[in-house]
Amino acid sequence: MALLDVVDLTVEFPTRRGVLRALDRVSFSIDAGEILGVVGESGAGKSLTGAAIVGLLERPGRVAGGQILFEGKRIDTLSAEPLRRIRGRRIGMIFQDPLTTLNPLYTIGRQLTETMQTHMRLSDSEARTKAIGWLDRVGIPAAAQRIDAYPHEFSGGQRQRVVIALALCADPVLVIADEPTTALDVSIQAQIITLLKDLTRDHGTAVMLITHDMGVIAETADRVAVMYAGRIAEIGPVAAVIRHPAHPYSDGLMASIPSLEHRVDRLRQIDGAMPRLDAIPNGCRFNPRCPRVFDRCTTEQPELLDAGATRAACWLHAHD
Amino acid sequence: MFGFIGSRLLQAIPVLLVVGFIAFALFDYVGDPVSILAGQDATAAQRLALSHDLGLDQPFFVQYGRFLWAALHGNFGNSYRVAQPVANLLAERLPATLELAITASVLAFAIGVPMGVYTGIHRDSFLSRLMMAGSLIGVSLPTFLLGILLILAFSVGLGWLPSFGRGPVVHVGSWWTTGFTSWAGIRSLILPAITLGMFQMTLIMRLVRAEMLEVLRTDYIKFARARGLTDRSINFGHALKNTLVPVITIIGLQFGGIVAFSLVTETVFQWPGMGLLLVQSVAVADIPVMSAYLLLIALVFVMINLIVDLLYYAVDPRLRARR
Repeated sequence: MALLDVVDLTVEFPTRRGVLRALDRVSFSIDAGEILGVVGESGAGKSLTGAAIVGLLERPGRVAGGQILFEGKRIDTLSAEPLRRIRGRRIGMIFQDPLTTLNPLYTIGRQLTETMQTHMRLSDSEARTKAIGWLDRVGIPAAAQRIDAYPHEFSGGQRQRVVIALALCADPVLVIADEPTTALDVSIQAQIITLLKDLTRDHGTAVMLITHDMGVIAETADRVAVMYAGRIAEIGPVAAVIRHPAHPYSDGLMASIPSLEHRVDRLRQIDGAMPRLDAIPNGCRFNPRCPRVFDRCTTEQPELLDAGATRAACWLHAHD
Repeated sequence: MFGFIGSRLLQAIPVLLVVGFIAFALFDYVGDPVSILAGQDATAAQRLALSHDLGLDQPFFVQYGRFLWAALHGNFGNSYRVAQPVANLLAERLPATLELAITASVLAFAIGVPMGVYTGIHRDSFLSRLMMAGSLIGVSLPTFLLGILLILAFSVGLGWLPSFGRGPVVHVGSWWTTGFTSWAGIRSLILPAITLGMFQMTLIMRLVRAEMLEVLRTDYIKFARARGLTDRSINFGHALKNTLVPVITIIGLQFGGIVAFSLVTETVFQWPGMGLLLVQSVAVADIPVMSAYLLLIALVFVMINLIVDLLYYAVDPRLRARR
């Protein structure tokens, strides 16, 4: 049984001009200890999926359909209090910008101990010892002295290490990392990804790694889900999706990544832009931009179909 | 830290010198003390003698210097109206005004902050809308009208609370007086304190609400939720503390304003404080009282600003680092 099972998840935003469907029947699963990469353009619904799982959709967004099963139990129907007990304790989260995710008025030690003591029975001194241990593990030098420092006394990379410690300190079994390296210097990105990978492997923590950096996915993830306009376009093992993408959109994404091996004059790009939520085309959402579009694509919306090693939402793989 | 306080106090000196200059200039420009003191029937020789006694025939800067020197020693001359030292008059009235101002501010803070937090968190609830609508009345209703309405309702109509005065007071120490020792004294304080604090309370409430809405949208609050912290800790520990810097600023400035401009409330309720003294002094051009009052209020503002700066330090660690 999968650790997390998302089935037909639909998220809607009621607005004055009608209901916008930001996620449309998104289904995927994550096994214990597995790293699932989630890629796609800005606005494809990656972060929204993460927020919906932990029940932190911003108003007026709401889960309008589907199920979220975590450790075999539905969590999308839980009330606020039991859901709060899951957040941090069972499912941790890491955000994009470490400069703004730490409360500037409290020491990092206090933020760590408060998080641990909210979820676990720990005395103040036990919590402090554990906090120093976590700072040490995420690579903060002289952790015992730095624990009483405030966030502004750390560099961006160090702050993201603190954020990782905060996300992992209550020993969650799943971490949703929402673009954990996007706001960092390129030179630090690799360190942070390596740290996250090592720590989660040591603790057997599963990771949902949201990013638009295919390089990060290629190095880190076991499987990858490609999202487009609120739906999953393709999902499968990383190597298969990268080498033999079955969906024309993933194909276009992979072709737009610069490569050291093959010298090309100009990178391929996908023409057009992702549709706005209030102007979703009929049929396959990618059909206006698809180089291999045919009749059926403009009338019927494809579900995920078996396409060799991966599953792709594309009529090219229909066998009926 | 002490260097910071010291530099702040040094910065206060020019401010006080300028205010002192204005306070001193009052003597020259608002009426003529000689004709006020000597009266209509005085001869030219009497006027000259009086002018000499008061030091008014000295050069301007000598007079200014003497004024400052005397003011430094707490000597502001005698009141024209009641012929007593101004310092004694003010000291007599100061406790009444401070007691009223502090009560009003504590009331405004203790009610305004929770209401602001509530309306910030539950911004669409019926109670929030009710509070926001009510706060508009509090912000826009003039103080004197509110005071009169309260008197009409609770003193004249219901007869629950006294309509004027401070009630019985007890001397504490050599110069402080307090009305807090008796029930009658506390009852007398209720209506004036509400009148004086209403504007501040609604201001604090609206400010805290606006700041809460701002802070609740920040990433660190989202991250705190994602870590499963309790609502109580997020709202009151993480969010409220981040709203405090602007709130402290406003409360400080408002407290200065409350002390300085409590004269409307004091007049409506015949509260024997400095505001009432000032109103009575202005009516008869009692310049020594007016100028001493001006200096005292400047000093109050300087002190409050210093306290506000120190509170910033206590709240925000980023400010501590920069020094």
